[in-house]
Amino acid sequence: MGNLDPLGLTRRGLIRVSSALLVVAALPQKIWATALRPETAFQTTTLEATFDALGGVPQASDGIIFSTPDIAENGAVVPIRIEIDPSVLPDVSKLYVIVEKNPNPLAAVFQVPPNTPPYAETRVKVAQTGNLYAVAEANGELYMMQRETKVTLGGCGG
Amino acid sequence: MLALGAAAGLALPGVAARATTQSPYDIAPVGNVHLLHMTDAHAQLMPVHYREPQVNIGVHNARNRSPHLVGKALLERYQIALDTRQAHAYTHLNYSAAALEFGQVGGFAHLATLIKQLKSGRPDALLLDGGDLWQGSATALWTQGQDMVDASKLLGIDVMTGHWEFTLGTDRVQSIIKNDLAGQTAFLAQNIRDKEFGDPVFPSHVMRELNGVPVAIIGQAFPYTPVANPAYLMEGWSFGIRERELQVKIDEVRSKGAQVVVLLSHNGADTDMKLASRVSGLDVILGGHTHDAIPRALEIKNPRGITLVTNAGSNGKFLGVLDFDVRGGRIKNWSYKLLPVFSDLLTPDPDMSALINEIRAPYAQQLGEVLATTDELLYRRGNFNGSFDQLICNALRDELDAEIAFSPGFRWGTTLLPASDITMEDLMAQVAITYPAVTVNEMSGAALKTVLEDVADNLFNPDPYYQQGGDMVRVGGLGYRLTPTAVAGKRIGRLTVKGRPVEAGKSYKVAGWASVRRVEGEPIWDVVGRWLRSQKVVSNLSIEQPEVMGLLDNLGFED
Repeated sequence: MGNLDPLGLTRRGLIRVSSALLVVAALPQKIWATALRPETAFQTTTLEATFDALGGVPQASDGIIFSTPDIAENGAVVPIRIEIDPSVLPDVSKLYVIVEKNPNPLAAVFQVPPNTPPYAETRVKVAQTGNLYAVAEANGELYMMQRETKVTLGGCGG
Repeated sequence: MLALGAAAGLALPGVAARATTQSPYDIAPVGNVHLLHMTDAHAQLMPVHYREPQVNIGVHNARNRSPHLVGKALLERYQIALDTRQAHAYTHLNYSAAALEFGQVGGFAHLATLIKQLKSGRPDALLLDGGDLWQGSATALWTQGQDMVDASKLLGIDVMTGHWEFTLGTDRVQSIIKNDLAGQTAFLAQNIRDKEFGDPVFPSHVMRELNGVPVAIIGQAFPYTPVANPAYLMEGWSFGIRERELQVKIDEVRSKGAQVVVLLSHNGADTDMKLASRVSGLDVILGGHTHDAIPRALEIKNPRGITLVTNAGSNGKFLGVLDFDVRGGRIKNWSYKLLPVFSDLLTPDPDMSALINEIRAPYAQQLGEVLATTDELLYRRGNFNGSFDQLICNALRDELDAEIAFSPGFRWGTTLLPASDITMEDLMAQVAITYPAVTVNEMSGAALKTVLEDVADNLFNPDPYYQQGGDMVRVGGLGYRLTPTAVAGKRIGRLTVKGRPVEAGKSYKVAGWASVRRVEGEPIWDVVGRWLRSQKVVSNLSIEQPEVMGLLDNLGFED
């Protein structure tokens, strides 16, 4: 009890305090980006076309642990997390995030360097209630896990 | 741990229904771990009337299952005789006459007496509160929850979680926890995290040794607070059910030796039942939020045993008493009773009475102002418009010259009997929130349908994890047809204004209040107060109800 924050500072507060002392190197890695970014897939406008561009409809896999909110607190910034159980799904080299009902469903691609535990956490925009897909690529095959996120007008609670 | 069948054949010492009027609160303790549970008091320090719902529809898995049983169906399911005290406590039946006969319910001075009495035979008993404690009355709003914090400390609440508490704002909540609750009441929420890093904002659990038995209590705040209420009031905090994190926490407290694991939850009854079926290692979920007075503990099966699920009503009207007999690290027996708190049967505790008087004294004049009188029974609870909601909608339409009024489907809001004064305190018991602004907007017919569909899905989505809200939004001047069992987007039809079909492209003038966005406007109590003063007498309220379709033999719906 009460020991969460012994310094009286939240982690956010600590970072704010220390940020003045840090030089953050955010070099744009254009070469990498071009190599990784599947332009065609990002331009697709339907779920079907997105899967086509990635190489077909992935098979469902319990090796993908996909955390999404059941109901979005803010549809503009929906936190999502993808974890992989390597005992079920080894050798994952790429992770994709797809938001079914968005104008361009493919929201993000993550390259997983060899010998790295596959894990991604980000925020995506979810335009309206629909399914979100976490897709993992391993040894040239595609696997997926889907979850519904609801976007509501809110209010009336309680 | 509560194994499957562990409770089979145990002597549940009488359902509350069989308690006699001589000693309804003389409940023999069982075992060695004792938990008293209250929830959703909504800041009602004084005794009140609270009419249970006449309509509480369950669809899909929830159909004809607790808590979606009302009236005679509920009495039949729980073998409670008609026209008894118990029947009055649990149902809307014959409400006004029964309320006159059996009197008011709750009140913190009466609760204090009951809690002391129950604790006297239960050493090491803990008092747990499921949240919605600091909001719902004039004095709670005017003191920013301080009245309830002080009364709750005197009542002896050991552990709590929250929902409406957060509408006081993050700074106020943190200040109360730091300055008032520290060392006395643990405020728990495993499911509230810092938005940026996912760090816990509150402690997730406490571990207490009760009569030598290590007991873990984990807190679960209302998962959709920033959706159902204004997110700007709890900026930086993210909620959610967080089922996986909960399972990790349960496993952790078990590995540290907890022999009883309790979830103190503000999820709501249907969500608690789903959670109990999916998470292992919880002995009981003591539930709130949906204000359901469920007479018995429900036994929900899951992969490793059973979890009891309870829901303990609201407004100080009920107190749950849960006893466990734990021997050799295992629960051998248990007993749960939900006690209706009849104020007339309990002598008010003098210390609590004195504190309540002290709290109320500076506001006596405002609280007691008579705005009007009512010929009607005024209540809110139910899936659709209650009579008090109708009154509010009528006031909004008249005062703002609007064709249509919307009023939120809150589950709180006390009941006034016919031939009562309507005081400012009574009005505030329906509207005391920190975002009370009244607004008038032009809405298209299509937008009206969208709003109704959105709220209907929050109530009737087949999966309780996707149910966000309270009851259906209250409407004035707008007719509609509702099919609760239909899929999302197809539940609402036949919208009418003044008997004429609503046109999708036409614009309508709509008054409302309690927007979750930042808006400016006159507080709702000023608008309704002004209307009541001009009316002088409330009578002949015609309560607008949707035309409900497709509910053959639904026990959550009584005409």
